[in-house]
Amino acid sequence: MAYISHFHHNKRHYVDWWLLILIVILMCYGLIVLYSAGGWILVKKQIIRLALGMIVMLFLAQLKPEKLAGITPWLYFATVLLLVAVLVFGYESKGARRWLKIGIRFQPSELAKLTIPLVLAWFYRYRILPPDFKSIIISFILLLLPAYLIYKQPDLGTSILVVVSGVFVLFLAGLSWKYIIGGIVVATSVIAPLMWNFFLKDYQKRRVLTFLNPESDSLGSSWNIIQSKIAIGSGGLFGKGWQNGSQTQLDFLPEHSTDFILSVLSEEFGLMGVILLLLIYMAIIFRGLYIASQAKDTFNRLFTGALTLTFFVYLIINAGMISGLLPVVGVPLPLVSYGGTSIITLMASFGMIMSVYNHRKLLKS
Amino acid sequence: MYRSHKQIKNPQNEAKIFAGRIFSSVVIIAIAISIIFSRFFYLQIIQHKVLLSNSEKNRIKTTSLPPARGFIYDRNGKLLVDNLPTYRLQVIPEKVDSLKKQLSAIQLFIKINDDDITDILNKEKNNRPFKPIIIKAKLTEKELSAFIARKHAFIGFDAQPYLIRHYKYTDILAHVVGYVGRINDEDTKRLDKKRYSGTEYTGKRGLEKFHEKTLHGQPGSLIVETNAKGRVLNAIEQNLPVSGQDITLTIDIDLQKVAYDALGDLTGSVIAINPKNGEILAMISKPGFDPNDFVNGISQLKYSRLINSDEKPLFNRSIKGGYEPGSTIKPYMALAGLYNNVIDLNFSMFSKGYFQLKKQDRKYHDWKKGGHGRVNIKQSLTQSVNTFYYSLALNLGIDRIHDFLSQFRFGELSNIELLGEMRGLLPSREWKKANKGTIWFPGETVITGIGQGFLVSTPIQLATSLSILANKGKYIKPHLIKKEAVIAQNLALDILPEYWDIVHDGMIGVVHDIKGTARSIKSADYLIAGKSGTSQVYGKKEEDVYNKNIQTPKHLRNHALFIAFAPADDPEIAVVVVAEHGASGSRTAAPIAGKVIEKYMHDIYQAPGVALTKVKK
Repeated sequence: MAYISHFHHNKRHYVDWWLLILIVILMCYGLIVLYSAGGWILVKKQIIRLALGMIVMLFLAQLKPEKLAGITPWLYFATVLLLVAVLVFGYESKGARRWLKIGIRFQPSELAKLTIPLVLAWFYRYRILPPDFKSIIISFILLLLPAYLIYKQPDLGTSILVVVSGVFVLFLAGLSWKYIIGGIVVATSVIAPLMWNFFLKDYQKRRVLTFLNPESDSLGSSWNIIQSKIAIGSGGLFGKGWQNGSQTQLDFLPEHSTDFILSVLSEEFGLMGVILLLLIYMAIIFRGLYIASQAKDTFNRLFTGALTLTFFVYLIINAGMISGLLPVVGVPLPLVSYGGTSIITLMASFGMIMSVYNHRKLLKS
Repeated sequence: MYRSHKQIKNPQNEAKIFAGRIFSSVVIIAIAISIIFSRFFYLQIIQHKVLLSNSEKNRIKTTSLPPARGFIYDRNGKLLVDNLPTYRLQVIPEKVDSLKKQLSAIQLFIKINDDDITDILNKEKNNRPFKPIIIKAKLTEKELSAFIARKHAFIGFDAQPYLIRHYKYTDILAHVVGYVGRINDEDTKRLDKKRYSGTEYTGKRGLEKFHEKTLHGQPGSLIVETNAKGRVLNAIEQNLPVSGQDITLTIDIDLQKVAYDALGDLTGSVIAINPKNGEILAMISKPGFDPNDFVNGISQLKYSRLINSDEKPLFNRSIKGGYEPGSTIKPYMALAGLYNNVIDLNFSMFSKGYFQLKKQDRKYHDWKKGGHGRVNIKQSLTQSVNTFYYSLALNLGIDRIHDFLSQFRFGELSNIELLGEMRGLLPSREWKKANKGTIWFPGETVITGIGQGFLVSTPIQLATSLSILANKGKYIKPHLIKKEAVIAQNLALDILPEYWDIVHDGMIGVVHDIKGTARSIKSADYLIAGKSGTSQVYGKKEEDVYNKNIQTPKHLRNHALFIAFAPADDPEIAVVVVAEHGASGSRTAAPIAGKVIEKYMHDIYQAPGVALTKVKK
């Protein structure tokens, strides 16, 4: 425990204004689209969630990174225990066990999205980097245990996201390109047959997806994607106008408040609206990466970078999915899609990122 | 938690590695974002037009507004077929809690079969919940008022007004107009999908089927915006349908009625035609049926009764019934003889009661025992002398008979505006060889002379030939729909006026001569030219030829035929009567033709200035 600050006794509030403003802009943009897609009732509920997320973010922004590092191993054990508990006592809905009812409905897999990058960052904080083979093996054990438990719920989407966030830590830690390329080759040889299935007939493709991810609305996925592509394409350059998207307003577009909200945006605001959204996301991501690059400590760097990259992956998967580039896996558009525990998780990760930036100078002295 | 390593952590190096990885991340992000951007660019700019039209197709649905079917009038503008506003009971399933319960409540005052109930409940399961289901197609006035009085208790149920095809005349006219029925799977294959998308009925029989295109009209359209579930949200554009065209028949419904009644209890066909223009004034096939029964689907019981009836009420005898022309062929045979110079105007022969082929025993008899004595052409027609025609036919030979009769359209389709017409049969050597595999025998020529043997004609065919005969060689295609102009065709044969006159005189004699076979229908006001005939039902033995005993069981009695036209010197009407099992052409069929002619001459036909009392003797 080398770095202990004795400096900030004053009750100063730590906020990264850049990140805060960008996130608020993104949220407002998202609420405008949500109003069109789902009306005032959904907007009200979403505002409550976003506000709650904001509180969590601002609270975590005050937390010193060292304290976070200190509780990380316990957080990890707790996460694994909770994931086991979900499989045993979990609340079942639509054939999947994902929630625990502890007063409120709670989804431990969301917690895992935070604890995995944290625990790997913690694992590498005093190790010699780039990681050697032995530590890579240990990291994968740490990573795959919770990922497997999530996969068993079953929740393939989150499981993949958790693995991806862990892999990002290894990548940022300087994992040799040899391993990275080797890993990509292995991953492709596993994923290739799946990709190959996309060239098969629709029903076969859907069966495979249903097999891998039974909780997703796979049977309707073909229809969903067709309608989503129509919504996006019919928007054109400037869109049909706010609340004028026929695909959305007449219910041709499925799940238009949640997973397919980007299709709504594309239909009503056109390519211009999409560019604006991508610019906001880029700004947030680059700010996150900037903060990571400014961090002076391995633990801070690694988890900040990994969380930022994970946020980016959300965006890519959702945008790829709704535009027909990737299979439908049920990943929401971060901070814009209606509902889900994911808002709290994402805001918590931004809180931790902010805290790294806010406390960077103190570490130096 | 911390354990020592062999190597020492190098912060500078690690910062460098990390900076490199951040840089790599930025590159990867840039690539990924470019891919996503390209995808959206592709969809929103390059594919925009296609996908925009797809989204419009999603949103905009066109419903067809069916046109009202054209009416049918008789030649004098009397309405025969129209569309009646009717009410049908329908229900929107989503507005009803328990359809089954409500239906049994409705059954207390509206008659619904249990089969229909099962059908309705099946539809409830399979159809979209906002799509109306028809409970009963035609509510009686009593049922309608009973429903309206209780309407408040049946939310979701509605008595919807619509137009139903209505046939004012049933059995009399059924075979001419036919009927419409609900469009079935087979019709769907045949009919233009666009034009029929909103139409429920199509012509199934008779003129309703033949003139479907004219009667149907052009559908309109209602362009509406619908949501993903197909529910109509609002109307965008409406194009009103164009009603089908009315058609006016050549039929005179009063004459039609007289002709139908004149047949009395007999089955058969009566056709009255104006030989001057080919207009069919009356066309009966008895028994008829009620076309209204078919409009909304005939009940199984009624249908099987129609199908299984011995009288075959669904069979249109006028165009499908095949009969031997019998002695009605004689006027044509006489003309054939004159035309081919086998006989001349002064020809006469002695009828001794029978005719024999050389070296053969078989006797071909006259209907009068002992024969008619010496008879000329006119007398041979007036008295219907068989032996005269046996010998004439033999002298003509089958080839000349065939060629001559085919000019009078025996063995040809009349191409009347009805479907399913039978061609009939005018035999020839070639036909016999091809169909029976044997050569033509002289004996077969002999009986062809009196319209027996292989000859088969339909009533419409007889009417066509008769109007050519009445017209002295002018052929006009018989038709049922009023036309502005008709095409008259002269026969390819050059028949001298004297030949026509002598045959007409012979036929006038049939009605007006004291020896005429159909003297009973003689009128003092105008001349009728006629000829009776018998169509054999049962192959009788030679001895039975004289036996005209009406006591024979009905189904074995011969069919009675009569052909006639009037006024004989300037024919306005030609009538063909086929009275099935009527036994005697002159006694049964002739009075039927007489009634039709009388009705026409007295009530319908107005002589152009000249009084008709000038009876030529």
